[in-house]
Amino acid sequence: MNEITNSKIKNIIEKNDVCLFMKGTPETPQCGFSLAVSNVLKHLEVKFNGVNVLEDAEIREGIKAYSDWPTIPQLYIKGEFIGGCDIVKEMFEKKELQVKLKEKEIPYQN
Amino acid sequence: MSMKLNEIELLIKESMPDAEISIQDLAGDENHYSATIKSKLFVGKSKIEQHKLVYKALKGKMGNELHALAINTMEIK
Repeated sequence: MNEITNSKIKNIIEKNDVCLFMKGTPETPQCGFSLAVSNVLKHLEVKFNGVNVLEDAEIREGIKAYSDWPTIPQLYIKGEFIGGCDIVKEMFEKKELQVKLKEKEIPYQN
Repeated sequence: MSMKLNEIELLIKESMPDAEISIQDLAGDENHYSATIKSKLFVGKSKIEQHKLVYKALKGKMGNELHALAINTMEIK
């Protein structure tokens, strides 16, 4: 990954408390896994920034290297990589995601 | 792009010999799988680290030959 892409990704993650790298947009996700994570966040009424990787090939490949994670979606909360769809769903079901949001002082509704 | 079910199982077995693996072809298209993997190797690791172990076992095929694999990891104690 080149320096520009790296700093572009870093910048997005730093500027957005809750940031979801996804295929499609929160309004119209283009992949079931992205839809699932987006729905979890919407359910919790968390304000998040969806980054559509389909619009930027460099970010699409770059984020995989950045997180050392081979798949999309990827969720970041206050700079911390939380995981992909399976992990986010599991954390939500076990209420661990809610605990994480609280720890990071991100407003949400149960 | 597709990958056979037993090929996925073999790759995981290769790097995690103790693993109990159950894989389902969700759509019958050799492209969307769901795997439950139990192993001692997961003990003491975070979920992210556990999933990374599985991805590593798949040797870069995840996201390439293998389009979608839902992963559920469990620790054997």
